[in-house]
Amino acid sequence: MAPSISTFRRAICTRVNASRFLASPSPFRNFSSSTEDSTPFTVDIAVPFKGHKIEPPPQVVETSAKELMTFFKDMSRMRRMEIASDQLYKSKLIRGFCHLYDGQEAVCIGMEAALTREDNIITAYRDHCTYLGRGGTLPEVFSELMGRKDGCTLGKGGSMHFYKKENGFYGGHGIVGAQIPLGVGLAFAQKYEKMKAATFLLYGDGAANQGQLFEALNMAALWDLPAVYVCENNHYGMGTAEWRAAKCPEYYKRGDYVPGLKVDGMDALAVKQAVRFAKEHALSKGPIMLEMDTYRYHGHSMSDPGSTYRTRDEISGVRQERDPIERIRKLILFKEIATVSDLKNIEKEVKKEVEDAVAKAKESSPPDASELFSNVYVKGYGSQVFGCDRKHSTATLS
Amino acid sequence: MRAAAEKGHTSAASLPGIPRASKLITSAVAAKSEATTSSPSTKPGHEVLLFEALQEGLEEEMEKDPRVCVMGEDVGHYGGSYKVTKGLAEKFGDLRVLDTPIAENSFTGMAIGAAMTGLRPIVEGMNMGFLLLAYNQISNNCGMLHYTSGGQFTIPIVIRGPGGVGRQLGAEHSQRLESYFQSVPGLQMVACSTPYNAKGLMKAAIRSENPVILYEHVLLYNLKERIPDEDYTCCLEKAELVRPGKDVTILTYSRMRHHVLQAAKTLINNGYDPEIIDIISLKPFDLYTIGNSIKKTHRVLIVEECMRTGGIGASLRSSIIDNFWDYLDAPIMCLSSQDVPTPYAGPLEDATVVQPPQIVKAVEQLCQ
Repeated sequence: MAPSISTFRRAICTRVNASRFLASPSPFRNFSSSTEDSTPFTVDIAVPFKGHKIEPPPQVVETSAKELMTFFKDMSRMRRMEIASDQLYKSKLIRGFCHLYDGQEAVCIGMEAALTREDNIITAYRDHCTYLGRGGTLPEVFSELMGRKDGCTLGKGGSMHFYKKENGFYGGHGIVGAQIPLGVGLAFAQKYEKMKAATFLLYGDGAANQGQLFEALNMAALWDLPAVYVCENNHYGMGTAEWRAAKCPEYYKRGDYVPGLKVDGMDALAVKQAVRFAKEHALSKGPIMLEMDTYRYHGHSMSDPGSTYRTRDEISGVRQERDPIERIRKLILFKEIATVSDLKNIEKEVKKEVEDAVAKAKESSPPDASELFSNVYVKGYGSQVFGCDRKHSTATLS
Repeated sequence: MRAAAEKGHTSAASLPGIPRASKLITSAVAAKSEATTSSPSTKPGHEVLLFEALQEGLEEEMEKDPRVCVMGEDVGHYGGSYKVTKGLAEKFGDLRVLDTPIAENSFTGMAIGAAMTGLRPIVEGMNMGFLLLAYNQISNNCGMLHYTSGGQFTIPIVIRGPGGVGRQLGAEHSQRLESYFQSVPGLQMVACSTPYNAKGLMKAAIRSENPVILYEHVLLYNLKERIPDEDYTCCLEKAELVRPGKDVTILTYSRMRHHVLQAAKTLINNGYDPEIIDIISLKPFDLYTIGNSIKKTHRVLIVEECMRTGGIGASLRSSIIDNFWDYLDAPIMCLSSQDVPTPYAGPLEDATVVQPPQIVKAVEQLCQ
């Protein structure tokens, strides 16, 4: 996606950047001049991987200009979406629970870069961005959040129940940890059907203390299921810091007999490297556990200010030093793939996309009253569902 | 008298690897006319014990559809603690008849996850009571995912296992889970009581796209009956008219059906004419068959094994009052188990469940 060039901008371009707009490439440039360029180059991963019972992957990862620009745009879109959701919640258009993912975008972006749609992803309730990464669209997200019929689950699921079966996204679950056995089931089905694909089960540091996680891990390891456990460690289980909840907060080691890898979850390229490594492992040797060291800027949900159990300094510190989008921005600028104003334009584009999607979603209507009774049972053998008064059979599905 | 059996649907789509072309069609409860007519089988059939009937049904479905698999504790190499899965692991392999570790919550969740992708697992709870550990998975994921995903996922899972009060098994192994699961939306529940309906319901449950809980009873596994040789299924929403009559409608299910039949011998000798219906479908109730019976007899006695509080009988009573109040000549009587943990001592255990003499007395009282 070439940046739009206006004559005004051309006039204020610096000389270094001006050379990009010449007909022939400058002889002084030694890397790509186009944002569409897929020529690979390597980047060092700053924070070293830590392995548990396994040799970590190399600290260098391959990427391209195109990939970095995609990362930037997609993460900006996700960030904008979450901020817009925040505003919609405060205007009472989104009700109930709303768990925002801003700060953690690098995890789902890095995962998508290393996976295909044949692989499955299942996560808990902080699923808006993961859904977007799996091919969801902004209007579907906002419609669902506002309970409208054009939402991804027809307005009947809400924030915690986003699914896209055709793209391998299995949700979207409200009960902490309950998605893990489901995820092992998805991996079981992949093995049963002899598919060359893996399942990535996402959970948080809070869920890492659930018994069913270990029960399911035992089964996955016993039968060599292609399951990758991904702990999105944002260091707080709602209001409880990890050191107050877990005797061993090194979540990548908690698999014991299952190897683990600790990854800097704010670095999309590190995530991509680790996920690719993990998928290979899962397909050949069995389960592996990844711990993504990440951070959420918002509180646990919109009802949680997020500042009673951590300081504002901590939050702004992470934002300044480790923000995933800033990291990619710096890399893009350093590699001279795009200019500061190019990137600002992308952000403006994305902001407009989000605003348009919100407006479109607002126009969508809530589901029909008859939708109360649809999809309770599958049409098959006849069954009836009644309204509360039970005097009238409201629906006969047969 | 049996309800008419539904013939099995064996088409080309039953070849392995080819998804089934069409779903079995049964008209909705309200449309079906009363089925008290002829016996379905003109062939001699074969004699089986109830657990063998379940095993036959399971095996036939596993042969037909490669997506059907079984998961549970000791279902594979051990052959099942009640022998329902005997011989299946040797025939179909360890992956299709999976011996799980003792982790009900997670293997039930795993089965549901597999069902989300299109597999058709059957989860065996070694005793239904153990499935309380999986309540979250059964309630939130199994029952509700079809709805919360806007129809994207179907969960064609069968959860089965023995429950009910056995022979001095103790409180924790004598639970009646039907009362706990009945309010979960999205689940279908059926209870088998004879080898004939056990096989039919097992097959129908496996073929159903809805999650079905099939309640078996610990003490009924050795019941013997002659069942048809041909492929048949029983409707998951239809009650069985066991004995037509005109004095009183006795609604029952599972083991209590046999207590009722025993009491019926005394009642008939004493000149009563009870109509006995085995409700089969615990969720949703077959109000058509039940309603027709009530319109005829005007008196209802419910005999169940659930506890008095919050059991199937309580819900059934409520349903009947809502729908058939005008047809009742007497208050609905409901005989249930006592609201106590099942004691170990034999006589005490007998006193917690409903016994035939109590049923006789109840009918006499109702028909005064």
